[in-house]
Amino acid sequence: MKRIYFDHSATTPIDPEVLRVMLAYLKNDFGNASSLHSFGQAARAGVEAAREEVAKFLSCDPKEIIFTSGATESNNLAILGFVRRARALDPKRKIHVITSAIEHPAVFEVFRELKKEEVEVTYLPVTKSGLVRVGDVKKTIRPETVLVSIMYVNNEIGTIQPIREIGELIKKINASRGKQEKIHFHTDAVQAANFCDCRVDFLGVDMLSLSAHKIYGPKGTGILFLREGTPIYPIIFGGHQERGIRSGTENVAGIVGLGKAVELLNQKAKVKSQNLKIKKLRDKLMREILKKIPDAIFSGDPEKRIPGNASFCFKNVEGESILLMLDMEGIAVSTGSACSSGSLEPSHVLSAMGISPIVSHGSLRVTLGKNNTEEEMRRLLKVFPGIVERLRKMSPIKN
Amino acid sequence: MSQIIYSKEVIDHFKNPHNQGVIKNPTAVGEAGNPLCGDMMKLYLKIDKKKIGGKMIDYVKDIKFETLGCAAAIATSSMITDLVKGQPLQVAAKVTKANIAESLGGLPPIKLHCSVLAIEALHDAIKKLNK
Repeated sequence: MKRIYFDHSATTPIDPEVLRVMLAYLKNDFGNASSLHSFGQAARAGVEAAREEVAKFLSCDPKEIIFTSGATESNNLAILGFVRRARALDPKRKIHVITSAIEHPAVFEVFRELKKEEVEVTYLPVTKSGLVRVGDVKKTIRPETVLVSIMYVNNEIGTIQPIREIGELIKKINASRGKQEKIHFHTDAVQAANFCDCRVDFLGVDMLSLSAHKIYGPKGTGILFLREGTPIYPIIFGGHQERGIRSGTENVAGIVGLGKAVELLNQKAKVKSQNLKIKKLRDKLMREILKKIPDAIFSGDPEKRIPGNASFCFKNVEGESILLMLDMEGIAVSTGSACSSGSLEPSHVLSAMGISPIVSHGSLRVTLGKNNTEEEMRRLLKVFPGIVERLRKMSPIKN
Repeated sequence: MSQIIYSKEVIDHFKNPHNQGVIKNPTAVGEAGNPLCGDMMKLYLKIDKKKIGGKMIDYVKDIKFETLGCAAAIATSSMITDLVKGQPLQVAAKVTKANIAESLGGLPPIKLHCSVLAIEALHDAIKKLNK
């Protein structure tokens, strides 16, 4: 049985072109990018070419790209590094930061950690469709606010947040602040990179996190865009790589792979047609599932969502059970059910949208990628309604 | 996120649960819900008498379950019916969550609470029998 992968928000398969360029750096050009000899120079050339490719994607200066071990580290560096620097300026000052109630753990756990460091954190609510309101950001900003961090696209429900509008708002407020310290704006753009405009000036962000493995690149590599002049402390200390902001020998093959993955994203026309294809499949999938399965609701926003994301809640059936039954059919999806989370807590994203734990108990996320086909979607649609029906028959709750 | 890896036994019971369904004229029905994760279970008991060692004893003639929940909840439901079916009621009442987990080749630590659901449903049914 050929397996089908519908979990692209978790990770993506490595593109063959990415793998090909990586292998060269694992086999032959294995040098340390900090070494002066030819081995080192070859590795350095690979790293710098990747940096330029990423800079092109974000429309920024290559100097503003810091390579990291992935988006979790990028988010930690952006938030911890920035706030700790702000704290060092005046240990007694009040520091206020703003984020949303639906961030990825790689952001919200960092803010939870910061609470121990006497930082006041505001978690913005979201609408029923999972969107942050720009007006809420505006209302929440006060003189002690130094940082706003809002994700570009939510990983569970695929909603696209109004990052550009928030960026504009912050720019305006900063202009009125005169010589006073500016508010800095960070976005976790991990789930956006395949589909959305990530140019940093267009968005008006000072810091932006990306991960290679969500864009058909390797795991263990990411970047932080750090706008020139953004005050930050490192969180990892050592050999002063990446201008001293991120020490540690560069993961050359990973960085080169990330560069190639971004190069593929820079082929705008091709990406656009891929995304149209994905959207067509996704739209059909959502339509058919809502038609074929009773008591199914879709979660997220109907318009402001990335083309690859289809998310649902099915009443009177549990998400992990659906996931495992689909897995037995060779089909991989994801769920936000409390049963499948290590904490037994329902998805904080769905809860923030006002979806009750009873409903999110049956949540399911199907995320499509560039290699998915119509045939694969048909196979999913063929087995899916039967699985839900079978599980519902086992349930003590009858409609 | 913690790792959830199920034993072969859990997957087998999840795929093909034993004694799943309802009993039309049950002697008692036990119910349990797990407020932690949202799982729910209903257990149907048919109690009859048979002669064991010269004495007439209440035993579990038939048992069926209905469960809304994850693979562990369904597998533990299925396993408790196996452990209890045909047993004298007094023996059935002594089944523990550890018995269920052991019979399933172990449960992931985060899923141990699922076996409590099955035990509670059984105890609820037995309690109703005695009323």
